[in-house]
Order: sequence, then structure tokens, then C-alpha cells
Amino acid sequence: MSTPHIPCLRFGVPYRSLNQSEVKDYRDGSVKATLSQVNAGVIRRDLKTINQARESLQKFSTKELMDISAKAGELFLQGDLPIGEDGSIQSAQDYVETLSSTSGLPHVMVRKNMDKIHYALTHLELILNGLTRGIDFSVLDQGYGKHGDSPVCFFPTTHALGLVMPSNSPAVNSLWLPSIALKIPIVMKPGRDEPWTPYRLIQAFIAAGAPKEAFGFYPTDHEGAGDILKHCGRALIFGDKTTTDQYSGDPGVQVHGPGFSKILIGDDEIENWEKYLDVMVSSIADNGGRSCVNASAVIVPKYAKEIADALGQRLGPLKPLPVTDPQAVLSGFANPKMGEWIDQTLTSDFSEKGASDMTAPYRDGDRLVKAEGGTYLRPTIAYCESMDHVLSNREFLCPYASVVEVNQNHMLSAIGPTLVVTAITKDACFKKQLLGASNIERLNIGPISTMKISWDQPHEGNMFEFLYKRRSIGMAA
Amino acid sequence: MAIENQTQQAAADLDTHVAEIIKWHFSDETGSPFWLDWARDQSWDPLEEVKTFEDLCNKFPNFQDEWLRDLPNKVWVPKAYKDRPFNIFETGGTTGMPKQRIGWEDFRIDYTAFSETLSDEHFPRNHYWMMVGPTGPRRLRLAIEHLANERGCSCYFVDLDPRWVKRLIANKQFDQARAYMDHVVDQALTILKNREVSALFTTPKLLEALAERKDLVRAGIKGVFCGGTTMDKQYARFLVEEVCEGGKIGFVPTYGNTLMGLARHHPISRENDYSIAYYAPQPRAVLRVINTENNQPVAYDTWGRVELSTLTKEFFMPRFLERDEARRRRPWTEAPWDGVAEVRPFGAMEKNIVEGVY
Repeated sequence: MSTPHIPCLRFGVPYRSLNQSEVKDYRDGSVKATLSQVNAGVIRRDLKTINQARESLQKFSTKELMDISAKAGELFLQGDLPIGEDGSIQSAQDYVETLSSTSGLPHVMVRKNMDKIHYALTHLELILNGLTRGIDFSVLDQGYGKHGDSPVCFFPTTHALGLVMPSNSPAVNSLWLPSIALKIPIVMKPGRDEPWTPYRLIQAFIAAGAPKEAFGFYPTDHEGAGDILKHCGRALIFGDKTTTDQYSGDPGVQVHGPGFSKILIGDDEIENWEKYLDVMVSSIADNGGRSCVNASAVIVPKYAKEIADALGQRLGPLKPLPVTDPQAVLSGFANPKMGEWIDQTLTSDFSEKGASDMTAPYRDGDRLVKAEGGTYLRPTIAYCESMDHVLSNREFLCPYASVVEVNQNHMLSAIGPTLVVTAITKDACFKKQLLGASNIERLNIGPISTMKISWDQPHEGNMFEFLYKRRSIGMAA
Repeated sequence: MAIENQTQQAAADLDTHVAEIIKWHFSDETGSPFWLDWARDQSWDPLEEVKTFEDLCNKFPNFQDEWLRDLPNKVWVPKAYKDRPFNIFETGGTTGMPKQRIGWEDFRIDYTAFSETLSDEHFPRNHYWMMVGPTGPRRLRLAIEHLANERGCSCYFVDLDPRWVKRLIANKQFDQARAYMDHVVDQALTILKNREVSALFTTPKLLEALAERKDLVRAGIKGVFCGGTTMDKQYARFLVEEVCEGGKIGFVPTYGNTLMGLARHHPISRENDYSIAYYAPQPRAVLRVINTENNQPVAYDTWGRVELSTLTKEFFMPRFLERDEARRRRPWTEAPWDGVAEVRPFGAMEKNIVEGVY
């Protein structure tokens, strides 16, 4: 197959820009696709007529759109779908191989991400039930109705959901999937290195019967991304702390940044810590340690050094494997400079007193390795003497976690804002404190991996509440 | 005449012009104090050794534009203009002292010639123009008005201070920059609402901003004459196909500055991928795309640094290195000499350049 060109989609219609970027193999830099890059004016111009996109979805009932979504899920997982403009077709296996080659994710991880997306698309009823707290979907179609015995009326807060997507993990696309069934079109800037997943999802939706007008796919520059965030009314952005700080006060922008997710073990369970090593390892290392729900710290009342050593023993020996190996757990870096930067940062931070690299004794060689043709970072576990150390609450795009001893009474104040907390405790008093903590977005009580998410309970923002608002209504009989 | 013959003839005309201009600027009877003094400090004599454009390229070093900032204006006055007050036109000056070029009739000559390249369909005669862009101490303001007048038109003006915009952007005051742009666009829309205007001169960004708030075709705009900032192929296509509605409004991109005059463009369309090539008003100005390491033109269609030589009786500026890079294009029947295409700030691929709306 010749190198495909992925066009911009303007209301679903392909538009080939004269400016193009290249999506490259993370190993040898060979070009896997060219990607149309549009100027911001194109997006602003299309947003002026975005009503037509919303009208195209309003012709369907919510139920019909959920059925289309489910069909799209099957097509995404297994189907042959258009890629590029010349009639080329991408099979599911093509998608796995290409995404793996540009993202560095092993095939097994791409498949797991596909499964997550597939699950989300095929279980939209469950998800929307959770998001809407069980309202009858006819209420969304009609705009009003009854919930329990009360009249309810919802109106959309926007004509389009803006999306400024990352490149690090395909499953983040599952966040916007409910938008189509909620009849809100999308206007997306894909991640520069990961156009594959959103493009395939859009093609799956269209093949399943969704109106193409509902999909805007605009690879663009910083100005274009800013315009998506500014003009869509409601938008999601993914980024680092600088990005999240920039939009933190904007109610129209839902920010997805670092999670700083953590595992906490209570006084009552700490003597059994060895029982929970598997949960710790999977929380830290699943999905290559790339997710915001990966644990980046283990906070314990004692045995921090022993736990860090045990995690070091488990994670230290892990090394890059061929992308086709089902046992592969590490991801290569699409941008090798990112790997180099992380390695340098860790080395520099470890030089500050009060932290030790507990993986180093079990790692035969450097943290940063060139292997399988690409750049990889091997796992790192940091034992920190206190939460004051710079490494105690960091998050990196690789399997990384600190292990720190903190008195149980101080844990909740010490952890700071945290996306997912897995608290291993049976202590009723501690559980009560955890349930009352305002700095935790999702709380797992018991030995549940931080990676386990509930589709009907969003761990970060409720898409329905973001896209719709309730108003009071009176209607003459 | 075949293009090869046209090109040869144009090159011969340029050589004749160069000899005449060298004689003018380096003769005691007509030359300016600056060039006469400069020649005295050299070990060679321009009058003897520069007879052709190639001689000029080989003998003269790059013109230092700091001279235009640091030296008094009077040193540039050719003896023949000694008793006539001059216009002072500025360029740069975002911070500190701007560079100044003096002149008398050059802008009129340049823009009268340029008028011949405009069509009556898109730039109707005996009507009204509007310029939305940098006025103040720039040559452009008088030049545009002259161009409009040349076509029997009068011109409305909305000012924009590019120095202020560049400072705002450099200081990351994007909200302020946006507010200033809105303020400029508001004024332009007010004129469009209350007066008849058929032709616009503006910058690409301002054109886009105007079109986002007003249907320019319905507002009566027939032609847009546009310059000031980089227009890559995609942006040019967007402006032609969408903002100017695929030809309903004639789109005339230009490349020019206070030091050169005005370069015309080769028509752009899908056929040439909207790659805008500009051709200097030779022989009064010459653009080369060169490799600065060896002072030779780069191969056609490859990238090099833009070098400008301005060769008028009012102003002699040999081999000034512009802050732009471009692709070298082949001669064209309407302008049988090298063109410069896809102009962008020098080093644009390596670093962010503050351009703003101008």
C-alpha cells in the first residue's frame, strides 16, 4: 500500500490541505502517512455553519444513535474501513500495526485500547444511563419529559464539542464517544502523531450510518487548536500542567491533564502489603504507564523501603520486547527526545538528597535504552523519604511511581489533587475520611487497580452535564 | 518572442540600467555623499568595474541597512535632488530607531507601473478604495493613495500600527492584540457600511477578519490587493477559494517594502498549487534567491535567501539581504526574470517569527 494521505474532514467531507505533516515510524522515521494541516481560518469558517452538523444528528433518536454507535464499535474493532482519500482500506490488523509503528505501543496494548473503545461504543446505554442518572432517552429527543414524577427539560449548552486530542494513548478517544448519541457533533484537532484512532472511529461511525456532517477532523496548528477551544462553547483538551493551568478557570473547557493517581494503604492492611503487589504493579505499569489513571505514587504508613524494593524487583527487570510480543509491557517513544528528557529529569531529581532509584539494582543497564529499533524507558520506582521530595508526586510517560511513608492521619492532605485513589483499607474511620475527601476524583476502596474505570461513572467530568443543562419548564395543558 | 529571448533581452536591459545607475550614483556631478564617500574608501572604482548586474553582484558587498538607521538622511541625497525636500519613509522600528529611506518620485513611478498589472474588472476605475493597514510614516500609505488616484479612485484609510501589534505579540498579550485587531476591523466595517468601496488594500489576517464579519462580495468588494505577511500555499488557497469566494473577488497578493517598491505576482490557482511567485519591478529593483555562502543563485525551485537590489536614481541599494527566504522561480513572459516564491521569514522552519497582522 502506498503511503496514505489523511485529509482534514470538513463536515465529513475530505479536504486535502496544501500543508501536510508526516506521521513517522517511531523506530526508523519512515513515513507512514501524510496528514493535511489546515489553517485556523478554515476551522473558524466551518464553525460559522456548525448548526448544519447538529441538525444532521437531530434527525436521529438517541436510541438510533446508540445503535449506530454500537455498530461503529464493531466496525472499529474488526471492520475494513476507508483510510486516506484514494479508496484505500484499513483492516483492524492494519490499524494495529500502523498505530503501533508510529506510537511505539506494542500490539497487545493497542488491542487493549481497542477493546476499551469497543466496550464504550457497545455499552452506550449503560454509560448514558450513568451520565444522565437514568433519564428516559425520549426526554433528550423531545427536549422535555418526566424523570420520576418530576418534569425535566434539558437544552444543549453548545452546537459542537471541541476536542484537542493527545497522541499518547488511543483509549482517550472513548471520552468523546457519547457526544454523538447525545446529538452533539465533534470538531477535533487530532494529536499530531496519532490521527489513526480518531480517523478510524469517524469512518466507523459514518459506515455505521451516522451523518458525516457530524464530524470535523482538523489537524491544525496552535492557533487552530485555540480557536476550537474558544469557539466551540464546550471543549476538551488534554495536556500537561501548563495547559491545564491555562484553562482551569474556563467552564467551557474540560481539562484532562496529569492524574497523579495513587495507591494508599491504611494502617490496618499495611502488614499484608505483599498481598497487594500485583495491584500495585498493574496500576503502575499497565498501558505502558502512559495513562492519567496509572498510579504514580504508593503512599504507606510504613515499609516504604521494603515495598519500593519489592516493586523494583518486579518492574526493574522489564525490558523492551518486540511490538508483536504478547508479553510486551513497555512502549517506545514516538518522539525520542521526550524519552531523553524524562531520563535526564529523573537522573537530575534522584541527585537531590532523600530519594533512591529502587529499580536500578534490578535493571541490567541504563534506564534509557535503544532497543527494538526505538527509544524506550525502563520502569523506575523511587523511594522517597518524604512528600517534600520532588519525585514524590511526579508523573511521567512511562512506568514510574514513588513510594513514600506518610502517617495515615496526614495522607489525604499530603497527596494533593488526585484523579484516582485506590485505598486499601477496611478501617471504617479511614474510609469515611476518604469518602469525604474533596481532592479525589475517583475512589476505589479495596485492592482495585487504579486503571479500572467505570464507564457509567465518569472519573473525570460528566459529558452529559457538560453538554446539556437542565432548565425548569412549564407547559399549558 | 520566446521566453528565452525575452529573458536575454531583459538581462541586457538590466545591464544597461545598472551601468546608467552606477554612473549616476558614483559621479561627482550626480551622486550622493554616502556613495561618493564609500567609493573613495574602496580599492576599486565602481565606475570602472561595474558595467553589468553580474559585476554589481560580484563587486559590491551586502548593503548594511543599519546605515539607514544610523546616518543622517541628507547623506543619501543625490546631487541632482539637492534642493528638493524629500519624503521620509520608515521601516522596522518596533523598538528603537527605525530605518529610513528618503524619496521623491519613486513610489509614484513604481505604483503607476503596478497599476498596469491590475484588471479593470476587479479594480474598477473612477470609484473608491479602502486601505486597512499601516499608514503613518510608511511609503505604503502615499503609494496606495497614488495607485487609487492613478485609476481615478479616491481612497479611505484605516490605520494599523504594526509596531504596537508586534510588541503585544512578543509580550504574549494576545488578548490585547486581538482587541486591537477588532478595533481596526470595526473601523473598516463602519466605512464599508456607510460608503461605497470596490477595492481593498489590506493584510491577509485583516482580510480574513473582515470576511468573518461581513460578506465582502455583498458589500461590493471586487478586488483585494494584499500584502504584508507570509502567505503559504494553503493560506493563499484559503484566501482565494473561500475568503474571495473562488474569484468573485480578485485577489492580488504582493510582496514589497519601503526599500524595494512592489513586486507583482504570477497568477495563482490549483494548477500551480497556489504557490505565489513574485517578480520585482526590474530593472528598478532586482530580487535574487541566493546561497549566501557563495553568493550564487540557488537552483530553480529550491530555497535560498532573498536578496534585493534597488537601482533607481533616487536610491541605490546593492545586494541587501532581506529577512526572508523563498524558492527561486523561472522567468515568466510577463516578467522575464527570476521570481521569488513562497516567501517566508528566514529561518521560519526553525523558529517562531513574530509577524502579527502585518
